Amino acid sequence: MDVAVFWVLAVLAVVSGAMVFRFDSMARATFSLLTSLLCVGGLVVLLGLDYLGIVIVLMMTIEMAIMAVFMVMYMMNPAGLMPMTMMHNKRGAAVVCGLVFLLLAAGILFAPWPARRGKSSADPTMELGMSLMGPQMLTMMTLGMALFATIVATVVLATRRGRYDRLGDDLRARRADDPVRGGVGR
Amino acid sequence: MTLELFLLSAAALFCVGLFGALTQQSIVMLMMGLELMLGGVILAAAAAWHYIAPATADGQVLIVLAVTAMALEMAIGFAVVTALFRAREVDMTDMAAELKE
Repeated sequence: MDVAVFWVLAVLAVVSGAMVFRFDSMARATFSLLTSLLCVGGLVVLLGLDYLGIVIVLMMTIEMAIMAVFMVMYMMNPAGLMPMTMMHNKRGAAVVCGLVFLLLAAGILFAPWPARRGKSSADPTMELGMSLMGPQMLTMMTLGMALFATIVATVVLATRRGRYDRLGDDLRARRADDPVRGGVGR
Repeated sequence: MTLELFLLSAAALFCVGLFGALTQQSIVMLMMGLELMLGGVILAAAAAWHYIAPATADGQVLIVLAVTAMALEMAIGFAVVTALFRAREVDMTDMAAELKE
């Protein structure tokens, strides 16, 4: 049973991953990517990591929903009504990817993988939590700082006019320099 | 199911994503390629945890790291596209090549 599930999920993940770059419609490409990443989540559950698998499934569902909105916003052909190609350097990229895959496959097949050591505990989620709050605390803190920096950076990048545009570099302007009068600081 | 099979499918995902990241002209599509590559990394980390060292949680921590990297990549990517589009009305990598010369 597990073997069948593995093959279905693995093949579906790779095929729908490849279809992302074949579809004309942006919505279809996004949902194809969603299918691929959901299959990855399923495979992670199959490996015994229930919590992380479910986290991946939930996160990817929301992420792809947001991505679909951005795709429709920023693409020249959101509906895919006319067939078009948006690729450059296809042949070179195919060669590079083929070589990378061969290299990885050779490493996977010929590396002397160590035998399985130890047994997983009855509750891997508990173990993950204890690890993140214990020996891996530095990792957790780094991730937290990175997430916080991302919040700041995305807001800075995405704002059209910040307070320095409105009130000058030292924030001392008596009047806010707004294109439209009114609002706070008029 | 063996470690090799899982790692091979992870490598396939990684390479499909790499192909997308290298070929796509649209910045948003390029980010989709990066997501696929990170999906391959997640799968490989889970397989390594299960088949090599299930007694420790290090493999799981690696997955948490990759999932966070995915979220950060998408947030920053969309912010950059928004800033770029606002400044230049550009949504393709080839049109954002001012620094090339």
